[in-house]
Amino acid sequence: MQGFRHSAALLSLTAAVLLITGLSLAVFWAPEDADQGISQKIFYVHVPVALTSYAAFFWAAWKALRLLWKGGSRYDLESYTAVHMGVIFGALTLVTGSIWAKVSWGHWWVWSERQLTLFLILFLFYSAYFMLRYSTDPGPRRERTSAVYAIFGVVLIPVSFLAIRLAEGLIHPVVFKRDGPDMEGSMFLTFCVCLAAMLALAGSLYLLELSGKRADASLRELRERLA
Amino acid sequence: MTGYVADVAALARKDLLVELRTRDTVPAMLLFVVAALVVFHFALPAESARFAASGMLWIALLFTALLALVRAFVGERDHGTLDGLILAPCDRSAIWLGKTLSVLAFLLFAEAVALPAFALFYEDVTWELVAGVALANIGIATVGTLLGAMAAAARARELLLPLLFLPLAIPLVVGGVGATVSDDPGRYLAFLALYDLIFAVLAWASFEYVVTE
Amino acid sequence: MSTGEKYLWAAYLVVFATVLVYVVLIALKVGRLERELTALAELTREREGGHG
Repeated sequence: MQGFRHSAALLSLTAAVLLITGLSLAVFWAPEDADQGISQKIFYVHVPVALTSYAAFFWAAWKALRLLWKGGSRYDLESYTAVHMGVIFGALTLVTGSIWAKVSWGHWWVWSERQLTLFLILFLFYSAYFMLRYSTDPGPRRERTSAVYAIFGVVLIPVSFLAIRLAEGLIHPVVFKRDGPDMEGSMFLTFCVCLAAMLALAGSLYLLELSGKRADASLRELRERLA
Repeated sequence: MTGYVADVAALARKDLLVELRTRDTVPAMLLFVVAALVVFHFALPAESARFAASGMLWIALLFTALLALVRAFVGERDHGTLDGLILAPCDRSAIWLGKTLSVLAFLLFAEAVALPAFALFYEDVTWELVAGVALANIGIATVGTLLGAMAAAARARELLLPLLFLPLAIPLVVGGVGATVSDDPGRYLAFLALYDLIFAVLAWASFEYVVTE
Repeated sequence: MSTGEKYLWAAYLVVFATVLVYVVLIALKVGRLERELTALAELTREREGGHG
């Protein structure tokens, strides 16, 4: 437990330092994009947040796989918390992406933006995960059902991505391209720092939430034993 | 191996027999899909394009399938037969496969009415549409049966199943509509087949975890 | 401030505000856990007193 607390504190500290560095780099150091001007800098929060969300979903599926493999409630809590993080960062991706769409194209929502559409589908999918959890009685069956659902989620990511690409050609041709394939070195470095910052932030929130959930579970157990 | 096939056949036959006796699901599906197609006529603009009609057909099929999926585990749950099935000396995945096959049969019944009705009210039915529907059926039945078993354990299962199912069905709609309206339906049909394959394997492998206590 | 800048700050602020709200929620949860823990400690003390 002691080690856990230390690593959580260390991770939060890293997250704080990286966030401040990353945002300062993004605002003061990274050059303005020639086409889009200053608003291109939304990129430095939007994309790291999106990638962090993917990472959380994959982490959730990994823990779910471990649960099915070995059993044990701790994997269930970990998988659940990871989905929690993924949904929060997914919602942030939707909001920041929407702001970017507004400033770039004048609309709050653009269906031709593949990643954003994919996040909308994932957001719906993982919101249903919470519905599933809340309306099922706690127990090993709920743990395994949630785990299977979380694994379905990561399989849905590439399948949906493919579907969106196929649908795009159907509805309208690809018109917009957000940024060129090659970034300047300073832009890429800033992006990497921001990505590391978001991952560290998600990691420390994950540990915090997890310890809260664990404490909740042991308290409940204690109360039942005393009652 | 023959034992497995016999188990699956027996389980599917059981569902079809129950349906034959009670007639709970299929008549409701037939009525629903025709009613939905009629409602869509009034929802579409007068000069509606062919694209819009095909999209509406797919929505109607999807929601009709939801009716079958919600019903699939309600009976098992209400009569407590699911627990009996799980205790039966057969592979758990055979339960899933049997249920999937019976859902597939119900879907085929509904479509045997829906597609002619669609041809009558809106557009001609092309072979691409039939192929798309056939492939999408497999995806709907495999994924839907697994999610139905998940939702069966929950309190608000009739409410929950559409929430679980619709995000997973979006690729099916893309593939189905694409196969219907695109100039190059092969790509979309291949995508549907890929979806079926991936999710059938996944559902087959994970069903056991979802139903056992 | 240009329009682009406004949207940029809006996007950054949204992220910041969300994290802040999340931390507040966790703080509330910790407060609740603390209360429950105190109640449980009270309960055990009463029991021990009752036995002794």
